[in-house]
Order: sequence, then structure tokens, then C-alpha cells
Amino acid sequence: MFANFDFDVIRRSLGYLFLDGMTFTLTLTGMAALGGLIFGTLIALMRLSGLKLLGRIAGLYVDLMRSLPLVLVIFWFYFLVPYIGQWLTGSSRPIRVGAFTSSLVTFIMFEAAYFSEIMRAGIQSIPKGQPMAAQALGLTYGQTMRYVVLPQAFRNMLPVLLTQTIVLFQDTSLVYVLSIPDFLGAASKVAQRDGRLVEMYLFAAAVYFAISCAASFGVRRLQARIAYVH
Amino acid sequence: MKYFRMMGLALAAAFCAGQANAQELTGTLKNIKETGAITLGHRDSSIPFSYLDDNQKPIGFAMDICYKIVDAVKKELKLDKLEVKLNPVTSSTRIPLLANGTIDLECGSTTNNAERQKQISFTNTHFLTASRFVSKKSSKINSIDDLKGKPVVSTSGTTNIKQLTEANAARNLGVSIIPAKDHAEAFLMVETDRAVAFVMDDILLASLVAGSKEPDAYVISKDAFSKPEPYGIMLRKDDPAFKKVVDGATAALYQSGEGQKLYDKWFMQKIPPKGLNLNAPISPEMKHEFAHPSDSPDPDSYKAM
Amino acid sequence: MNYHWNWRIFWEPAPSGTGTYLDMLLAGLVLTIETAICAWVIALVFGSVVGVLRTLPSKTAFRVGFAYVEFFRNMPLLVQLFLWFFVLPEILPASWGLWLKQMSNAPFYTAAIGIGLFMSARVAEQTRAGIGSLPRGQMLAATALGLTTAQAYRYVLLPMAFRIILPPLTSEFLNTIKNTSVAITIGLIELTGEARAMQEFSFQVFEAFTAATVLYLLINIVVVTAMRLLERGVAVPGYISGK
Repeated sequence: MFANFDFDVIRRSLGYLFLDGMTFTLTLTGMAALGGLIFGTLIALMRLSGLKLLGRIAGLYVDLMRSLPLVLVIFWFYFLVPYIGQWLTGSSRPIRVGAFTSSLVTFIMFEAAYFSEIMRAGIQSIPKGQPMAAQALGLTYGQTMRYVVLPQAFRNMLPVLLTQTIVLFQDTSLVYVLSIPDFLGAASKVAQRDGRLVEMYLFAAAVYFAISCAASFGVRRLQARIAYVH
Repeated sequence: MKYFRMMGLALAAAFCAGQANAQELTGTLKNIKETGAITLGHRDSSIPFSYLDDNQKPIGFAMDICYKIVDAVKKELKLDKLEVKLNPVTSSTRIPLLANGTIDLECGSTTNNAERQKQISFTNTHFLTASRFVSKKSSKINSIDDLKGKPVVSTSGTTNIKQLTEANAARNLGVSIIPAKDHAEAFLMVETDRAVAFVMDDILLASLVAGSKEPDAYVISKDAFSKPEPYGIMLRKDDPAFKKVVDGATAALYQSGEGQKLYDKWFMQKIPPKGLNLNAPISPEMKHEFAHPSDSPDPDSYKAM
Repeated sequence: MNYHWNWRIFWEPAPSGTGTYLDMLLAGLVLTIETAICAWVIALVFGSVVGVLRTLPSKTAFRVGFAYVEFFRNMPLLVQLFLWFFVLPEILPASWGLWLKQMSNAPFYTAAIGIGLFMSARVAEQTRAGIGSLPRGQMLAATALGLTTAQAYRYVLLPMAFRIILPPLTSEFLNTIKNTSVAITIGLIELTGEARAMQEFSFQVFEAFTAATVLYLLINIVVVTAMRLLERGVAVPGYISGK
């Protein structure tokens, strides 16, 4: 069954696969996770701020992003980002963005909705006494958030945040629909060029599996170690 | 959307004001001068027009023509250096990416037709080709009607998939049309028997077959879905200054002997990466086109002398 | 801005000869719903079985369940679809492989099975959590009454567990619907695929995608409302999840 398979094609293309493809995937994952977390926390704060209008806008944003398939959002932003850039900077023509920037914006905006729900749960799980005590001590809203609430919320939700990051890592493979060269895209290119679909896709699956498995295992260990007893 | 309208109106106002001074640069030329860079859109596997060699560098007939255009733009804007950025595009992303400013020129194998000219412009034609299909000799498919009820693949965003869709409806073929992301993927579908035929421009089919593992196993149909249609390099619409420079560069290239030399380099000699020789001598219609460059979308206007 | 708006594009005839562009999009919508429902049925069946496996006292059952869930959760859906669609026919004996490849509607079946199995891992986890959240007394009382394990699950544990996990199952169903869009990579032209095709034929990028967005939002609203009615309909009065 596996007789006429050429696994050598994997060895020959390792450099391209990892140096180009995996670097793209990991960089995108890392930066999108960071950006998504920051933006997501902002949105969570907007929803919990008590100001009705801000809460509404944030709520609508989260609902919108969570109702749409990621593939559709990828298409939207790929074609839309230059126009957004033009509007934001008031330039005279659409801003030129590369594939990476457009993907990054897409994933930050998309994942922010999910991260915001996680952070919102985290912030709400902090006992009310904490922000009240902070207020009693004379800290402003900003200081309360920065020094008391957010650090605790972040620490509590760290396992969930990391799990969402693993999901994000897997979701980056969807940039394939625009022929953007992430790890899966690189594997596909080699597969199509050399006609070696089976070898390349099996290899790509194995790599994704290994990385996700290792990461989930790491998160589980982390979860056990920081288990917080109220 | 209101913001876009406002911006649009503001742009129009600014544009009108700018028109007063004929010397002032507008549009793409202005952008190039300000950023010092021009972005070319290239393809992955449109052999030999625009494709990646073994080092993942884009090369090809259309790429060479584009580089000549870049030289002309550099001279026109009197720039010391002009950075050339390369951006990969596919059949389905090329027009939106051109419209939204990501690329300035699309150097590939794009068919010039009237419908597309509503959204973008083309410069002088650099090739003529008809839509045909490739299939394995063993499938014994000789005419378009033999495709009845079978799975046929074509690349998304091309005139070929559109022609296939229309022919399917008009002739009631009941073909199940599979869209592929790019030509390499589509050809692979035929190779692995997932589709019985791949509809594409005949020159691209010839190149894919020649570069495949078993060129003799395939046959390109005699039946065509269309008359030979022109390929053109794309640029944005409503940008007359830029179009003038590009048209001038391509016309000069074709009318001098250089156009013929470039053609021979890619169609009559060995090309990377596998050293294939396509051996496709220049047709009389193309010779006529080189002598009298035109950007007409009408296939009938490209007749030999 | 170099974009020409044309909202009347929806009423113009599509080149596929099947009607207007709006018809194209609606055909895609129907396909999305069909694929999602088939995938969801597969996900529920397999997911429940595996979820139950993971709560059984037997160690082998637990390991099998664990391996199943880890396998499907640690690979991106896109990669899984590729494995089913591209790799499976190649590693099967030649005649089977050829039959698979030439099967009409191959993308539909592959997508339904691929997405179904992917989601089944998540349903399994939800089922496990649901069963695990039931008071221990339930299982003990069932055993005391002389019910076998199978009967205990069927008559006591699972009915309550499913009512508890109905809200998370709703969001998993919505995820299934969203995941059908990934199948455009294997040639299933569902709603997102039709929007893309419309964009390619008519060059009206934003109109096409806006329509698709609106349709997805509509699906969401319909599903959420329907699930809420279902929740209310099956709720057991007096229970935490009941009203």
C-alpha cells in the first residue's frame, strides 16, 4: 500500500516548509494572539463598563464576529483592509497591505471577539470585594483594572486563553483559501508541484497534531499547577 | 459606507482641483513617486507567462514585459532607483487586489475582455490563446459533448470557468464543475482522475502537460470553447497618465525586435525549472499584433495581415 | 475609491444559467444547511457514544475515548478534510479509490463526514461534562434499583445530561454551520463558495460578501431562537436547567 510513496519529498522540502511556512504560521499565531488579547480585553471592559452605548457596540461586535465563518471574515478583510487603511490615514488611495498584514488584521479582529468573552468571564469571576477594596483604597478605575482585577482575571483564565490560542494556531491554516503561504499552504504547494499529495498532507497533519498535542499537554500541566483554591 | 461616500466625494473634489495643473502627477504614478516602489502581481503556475522557479522566484514572459514597463516608469518619473515589490495573486484575487491598490500591475495570463474592462484596464496584448481542455488519452474524450455528465475542473476566477459554466447550461451537458484554486491544483485533479478534463487556455495546458510526469498520457482537445482571445497586463482603470506610460513601453517593446526576442526566449527555447522547450512558434496573428500593438478586447480584431 | 457599487447585481442573471445571482446565493444557503444538518447528526451520534465511553468505569473505554477526542481535536479541520478527500482515495486499493474520486457529490459526503467527525470530538467533551455534572447519587440509585449500566445511562443519566448541555450544544451546532464554509477548499460550493463565485463572475466583491454575511446572521438568529424554544419545550420543571 505504501510501496510507491516517496517520503523523500518531505526531506527535500523541509527547509521551505519550516523556514517559510511554519515561521509564517507561528508568527501569525503569536502576534494575533497578543493583539487579539489586548483588543479583546478592551472589548470586555467596554461591555462591563456600565455605559450602555459602549456595551451595545461591544456586544454587537462580538455577536457579529461569532456568527460569521472565519473563511468569510478572511475574505472580507483581505479585500477590505486597504480601504480601511485609506479611510484611517485619510490617504488618497487604498493603502497597500501584504498578505501577512491582512491576515494579521483579520485574525486579531476575529479572535478578539473570543478572547473578549473569555476575559469577560474572568473579570466577572473576580469576587466583588476586590474592586470595592481597591476603590476604598482610593485607586482610580484605570488603576483598579491595571493592578488588581486584570492580573487576577488573566491568571485565572490563562488555561482557557492558551487553549483558545491553540485553536487560533489551527485556524491559521484557513489562509489557504487565499493561497497565502502558511505551513499548510507551503505543504500544498510542494504537493501540487511534485504530485505528492499523500506524503505532504500526512506530514502536515502529523506536524499540526504533534504541536497541538504538545501544547494542550503543556496547558493541562499548567492548569494543574496554578489551580487556585478560593 | 457613508464614510466611503464622503471620501469618494472629497477625492473627486481633490482630483478636479489637481487636474488644473497638467504637470502634477496623479494616480499610480503619484503613488510610485511618493513611495519609491512599484508592486507587480505575479502567478504561481502560469507557465511560461508568470510562474515560480525552483527558488520560488517569479519568472516568465509577462514578468519580463513588466520589468521593461518598470524601466519605462523609472525613466518617466526620473527616479534614481525604483523598488520592485512582488505580490503573488491567483485568478480570483487578481482583479480585487488591483482595484484595492495592493498591486499596480498584474503580470500574468489574464484574458482581456469587454466585461473586465468595466472594472480595470489592459495594456497592449501580449498573447492570443483559445480555451480548450486537456484530458487523459485513456478517457477517450474527443469533443465537448463527450464531457456530458462528467466531473470537469477549471480554475476559479477565469474566463475559462465562466465559458465552461455557460456552455454547460447552453448545451445541457450536466457537467459537474469543480473549481480549483490555481492551475497546478486543477491539473493535479486530472492527474489523479478526480476530474476527467481541465478547461484552460491552450498555451497554459500545453505547458502543464509538457512539464508533467507523463506528457504522452494527455491530449489537448481540438474543440475550443472560444475564439483565440487576447492576454493583457492589467492596470487600474481611470488612470490615463499611467496607462500612457505602460502602453508606450509595451508598444516600443513589441515594435522593436525585442518583443520577438522575448517571445523566442520563452516559447522556443529551454525554460526553467525543468529545461522544457515549448516549441510554439509565433502565430501570424501575434506577429501582426506585435507590429501593430492594440489593447482591444475583441478577438475578431486580431487577424493576420 | 476605485470601486463601482452595483446593488442591483443580485437581480442580474448568473452565467451558470440557473437564474439570478440571488438564486445562486440561495442555492449555496440550502447546501450549507444540508451539509450542516448531516454533519451535526453524525457529530451527535458519534459524540454521544464517545462521551459516554469516557465516563464508563472501564479503563479501555476511557483510553479509546481519550484517543478519539485527542485525534480529532489536535488537527485543524482543513487538514482533516484534506486527509479524507485527497489522501484516503490514494491509500485505498485502486478500484475503491477511483470509485470514491468519481462519486458524484463527493465533496458533500466528504464534508459532512469530515466536519461531523471533527465536531463529534467536541460533542463528546460536552457530553462527558454534562454526565459528569450530574449528582453521583443518580448512578448509585439507578444501580440500587437493579438497572444495568446501559439502562442507567439510557433512562436516568443521558436524558438529564442532554438537557443540561443543550446551551453549549447550540453553540456547537452554530460552529458546525460555520465550519461548512471550510469545505469550499474541497469543492463544496456552499454559501461562502457561492459568494466567492459571485464575486469572481460579477466583480462586485462587497455586495456579494455583504449578502453572505446577512444570510449567515439570519441562520444564526433562526437557530438560536429554535434552540431556545427546544430548551423550553424539554425542560424538566423544578430542575436547575428547567424553568
